[in-house]
Parts: sequence; structure tokens; C-alpha cells
Amino acid sequence: MMRIRLAGKSLLNRRGTVLLTILSLTIGILLVLGVSHLRTQVKESFNNTLSGTDLIVGARGGALNLLLYSVFHMGSSTHNIRWQTYEELAKHSQVKWLIPLAMGDSHKGHRVVATTPDFFAHYAYGKKQPLDFAAGKAFAGKYDVVIGAAVARKLHYHVGDKIVLAHGIAEVSLAKHDDSPFIVAGILAPTGTPVDKSLYISLAGMAAIHDEWQTGVHIPSTQKSAAHKSDSHAHHQHSDEEHVHHDEEPNHVDENDHAHEQALTAILVGLNTRASTFAVQRQINQYTGEPLQAIIPGLALTELWQLVGSVEAAFNLIAWLVLLASLLGMTTSLLAALNERHREFAILRALGAGPVYLFMLIVSEVFLMCLVSVASAQLLLIVGIKLLQPWLISEWGLHIAASVLTIQQLQYLLAIFAIALVLAIIPSLIASWRSLANGLTVRH
Amino acid sequence: MSNNIRSNAINHSDMADASAISVQSVQYAWNKQHAPLLVIDDLRIALGEKVFLYGASGSGKSTLLNLMAGVVSPRTGSIKLLGTDIVGLSNRQRDQFRAHHMGIIFQQFNLIPYLNCVDNLRMRIEFLPRAQQASAKEQIPLLLERLGIAAVAQQPAHQLSVGQQQRVALARALLGSPRIIIADEPTSALDADMREAFMTLLFELLDQKTCLVFVSHDKTLVSRFDRVLNMQDFRTKAIAASDQSEVQA
Repeated sequence: MMRIRLAGKSLLNRRGTVLLTILSLTIGILLVLGVSHLRTQVKESFNNTLSGTDLIVGARGGALNLLLYSVFHMGSSTHNIRWQTYEELAKHSQVKWLIPLAMGDSHKGHRVVATTPDFFAHYAYGKKQPLDFAAGKAFAGKYDVVIGAAVARKLHYHVGDKIVLAHGIAEVSLAKHDDSPFIVAGILAPTGTPVDKSLYISLAGMAAIHDEWQTGVHIPSTQKSAAHKSDSHAHHQHSDEEHVHHDEEPNHVDENDHAHEQALTAILVGLNTRASTFAVQRQINQYTGEPLQAIIPGLALTELWQLVGSVEAAFNLIAWLVLLASLLGMTTSLLAALNERHREFAILRALGAGPVYLFMLIVSEVFLMCLVSVASAQLLLIVGIKLLQPWLISEWGLHIAASVLTIQQLQYLLAIFAIALVLAIIPSLIASWRSLANGLTVRH
Repeated sequence: MSNNIRSNAINHSDMADASAISVQSVQYAWNKQHAPLLVIDDLRIALGEKVFLYGASGSGKSTLLNLMAGVVSPRTGSIKLLGTDIVGLSNRQRDQFRAHHMGIIFQQFNLIPYLNCVDNLRMRIEFLPRAQQASAKEQIPLLLERLGIAAVAQQPAHQLSVGQQQRVALARALLGSPRIIIADEPTSALDADMREAFMTLLFELLDQKTCLVFVSHDKTLVSRFDRVLNMQDFRTKAIAASDQSEVQA
């Protein structure tokens, strides 16, 4: 006990260098714990983005790209899906529900997604949690918009507010429709997924944006002409009956006939039985009407995470290297301090301290410094997450839970202590060797 | 006053069992290549004997103290403390023996500067045998009182005056009532008045059974001691021995 007291007082006596050492150790440990915590949290948040959806259908292309633009609202599709494909799919015996998604518009940097009320009925995240409304209800009219929690928080929107939706997905859009304001019908409860950062309108609403626009402003060349033509007819819901006639021969549909329908970006599919997932996926992939692909969200998420995983591994490596550097810094400062501590050691030797005692004294000092560093790193992590949480949710739609020590982090902490103690062996051994050589002789 | 070693050996040869310190045929050198720095044929200090060890700096005093304290080992010979041959002990046993049976006072800087006065005393108790620790703790307030440092007991050592520091060091050396006290010029940093006060306290507090080896080059102090040893005698021998080895080589 006296040894710990001695070690503590000795550290206090050298508080200048010791504080710096602890500071650098704290940063190292904070990085290691923080990266580990963020990784678990991001991975969890990531895997919780979509739940209950059995297949995602989109135009043929990269599976990851489809996942990114349909679920994470990142990037954009190169091709659209025809409306009649949606109708064909709806008739499949295994299909329980469909959520059509049409993207391409934005509001102040947030994606506007056109869909049907099925979205609010069937979309689920986390562990099959459905979407909840914090206020208001699903869109009913053409100019109703439902906004995600982060959008509402960031832009201070309330139910009943009038907002303007722009064409294109850039944050600053030149083509804004001041003449067709949308009304906020509902605000979704926070989900910690990209849903929070998006706005949802009806397919008719999206058609309306483009319809009115076409009359006034020239359409930018990046938009596909097919999409615009289909946009020109707003009320696809009313034309559903007409469309059935064309379903028999989808390959020969004239572009003008097809123009009644809203082109889709992706379709989320829920099946009656999970067992049929692969069969339906194969059928969609082999669909002759247009080149389609269907992906299984769980597999695609895993694939995407593996991609992100290498970046995360690099972060982890950097964090450990920073920690190692600060541990080496600690060893250096301990070694430097030995020269000033000859007298102290000679006194302890005279009192009967053996080399083992001096060895353990320095090891105790290392232990104490690590303990303080670990405690302050953990504290900083908790406080840091608390402070950053609102920003992470509003900017990234990422919900990071308060830091709780996981088994992995405990293992990390044990590893940190182990490395520190191994590095402490060098100055400790030198201290005990020198004490043997110098004996009771006090060098001035 | 300055008896030579041979006559001491004769005087004390029949008291071997009563010796607190017995150094026999000891040669010490830094390593095997070097000539011995110190040669001692026969040195005995009896229990309760107060010995003044006189020597100029560089005369090998420190080496002799290190040998007697068991911090360094001689190349040859035996060193018996209280009847135990410490040369044969392991390092750990020697450290333990020193902790249990010896009190050591240095010239200066005796205390760990960042510990307070009482904690410095407790550091000594840390190394005493468990059975003695409780009684040694009870000694602390008595010793502080007796040495006139009770008022500064909670002050960090570096805030004490040199005189106070030396008294704390004396208190620490006396804790656990060791049979051997080794003092390495404990008064050289003190002025004349403080030196007298220190010496008086030292001799008052030492009991009849405790032997004192007091190293100093201040000959005004010798009157208090039973015997005076001159480092010069060991040194002459050492030089003679190294001369011989050179001749032989």
C-alpha cells in the first residue's frame, strides 16, 4: 500500500511531465476506444437501416450501387424502372407488398423521395420497427410532404408549413418552384437511418413538380428525356386501368403510351414467405421486359460493410499506432526521470528496498498513469458522444449510443495495460540495475 | 586515539561472538581486472560500541559502508553482522537483513523530498518485519516529540531545514530499534550549534546494545566515541596489496 502511495506521490512530484504523458496516453486510448465504439455503433446503425424488406429491385447495374441509392440515398441510378414493371411485380403470387421509390429531387440538400402510402405501412428498420409519426400523418394529397426527423429539426419545419421542392439533387438548385408549394403533412419519428434526412411525397406530387416546371424552364440535359416525358402526366394513379392493356407485350410499348406512368428508381419488395426469396430474385433477374436486378438487402449490406471494413481497419491501426507512440513517450519520460531519481533510489535502498521493490515501484507508476489515462479517456468519450449526438443525428442520421464498455473494449484496455507494463520493464530494469551498481552512494 | 587495526584485532579476538560487525580478510574491487580498492584483514565492532571512522574523501569510506550495509559484496572474505555472514546471503536476504537490523543516516538528502515527515518514517516501517511494524508505529510520535520535530510532522521533507531533515533521518534510523546504526557524515551539513545538538540527541537515544559506526572527518567529535578507526590504515593496506599484485604480474 505504501508503495502505491509512494508511486502516487512521486508522480505528483513530477506532475509537469506526468500530466503531459497522461494527456498523450489519454488521446491514444481515446482514439482506440472511440474508433472501436464508433465501429460497433456505425455497423449496428448500418445493419439497422433496412429491415423486413426481402428484395430491392432496380435497373441492372452494380448491386452495391443499387443499395446505396435506394436505401442510403447516396449517388443515383443510371436507369429507371418502368411503371409497368411495378404492376407486373405486384401481380406475382409471392409478393406481399411493394414500395415504389422515385428519386431525383431535393430540398435544401435533402433527398426528396416519391413513393406511395405503402412506404409508411411496410418500411421497417432496426428489428422490424415500423415508421412512426412524431406529428401529423402520411401524405394524402398531391402537395403533401412527409419529412424525416432530422429534416424537421434542422430546418425547423412543423406540420402545416409550406415548403418549396426543387428539381435535381444539388443543395443549391437554380430551378425552384416557388409557385408549387408543398405542405408538411407529417413528421416522422427519429429512426437513426437515412429516412430521417429525407422528404417523402406522393408519386403524383413528383410528377406535379416536373409538370409545372416543363412549362416554364428548360430542362437540364442531365435528365433523361424518357423520365421527363413520363413526368408530363401527373396522375398516374388514374391511368392504372388504361395501363393494364399494355402489360401483355412490354417489349413493344411505345414511349408515348408508356408516358402515362411515373418512372421508378427502385422497388422494395416484401414476400409472403422468406423461403421464396431466391426464386423470386432469380425470376426478376431473368425478367425480359427490361434489364432488372434484385438484391437481398442483408447480403448487400454485409458486402458493403466489408468494403467499409477496410477503412475502419485502417482507422483502428492508426489509433493503435498513436497509442503505441504515446506509450513509448511514457517510457522515454520514465527513463529521463531516472537520472533525477538516483537519490530517491539510494534512500530506498538504504531502508532495505531491493531491486525488485524499485522495479515494482516504477511498474506501479506506469499502472497509475495508465489507470488515470483510461479513466479520463472513457470520461471524454462519454462526454464527447453526449455533445456530438445531436450533430451526428441531424447531419448523418447516425445514432451513436452512449459508450458502454463492451467485452472487446475491455480486452483492448487489458491489452493497453499489458503493452504499457511490457514497455515499463525497460526503465524498471534500468532503475534496479543502477540501484545495485550505485548502492548507497548518493550522486549529486 | 587512532588505534591501528592490528591492535584492535588482538584486543577483540576473544569477543568474536559479541561482535555486531566482523569483517574478516575482505578484499573489494570494482571487478576482477582492477586492483582491490579496499583490503581489510580483521575489523570487529562490538555490540553497543560507538566507533568513529575517520577518513578523507576518496579514502574508501563509502565502499566500506556499502560493504557493511550489504549493498555490495566483497571479492573475498567474510562480513558477519550480528553473527550472520551476509556474504553468503542472497541479494534479497541481504536487503531484508539491512532493513531489519540497520539504521542508516546519510550526510544530506536523507529524505524523500515529496513525502511528508511522517510518511518518510512510514517508509522505513514498510521494510521492517511484520511483527515489529505495530510497535514501530507507536514509536513515531515519541521519536518526533523527543527530537523536537513533532510540529513539522505533516510538512513535506523539502520544506524542512537541513537540521530538521537530519533529525527526521535520525528518527527513521532509530525506528524498529536496530542493533547497528551507520551514519555517513550526518553532521557535515550542520552548523556548530546544530551539530552539537544533533550529537547529543544521537547519543541520548542510542541504547547500550546498539552499535554506531560514525563516519566523519570532523575530529572535534571524537571525544564522544569508544574507539577511533582511521580509513588511512585500510587504504595503506590496499595500496600495498595492489603494489604486490603489480609486482607479481
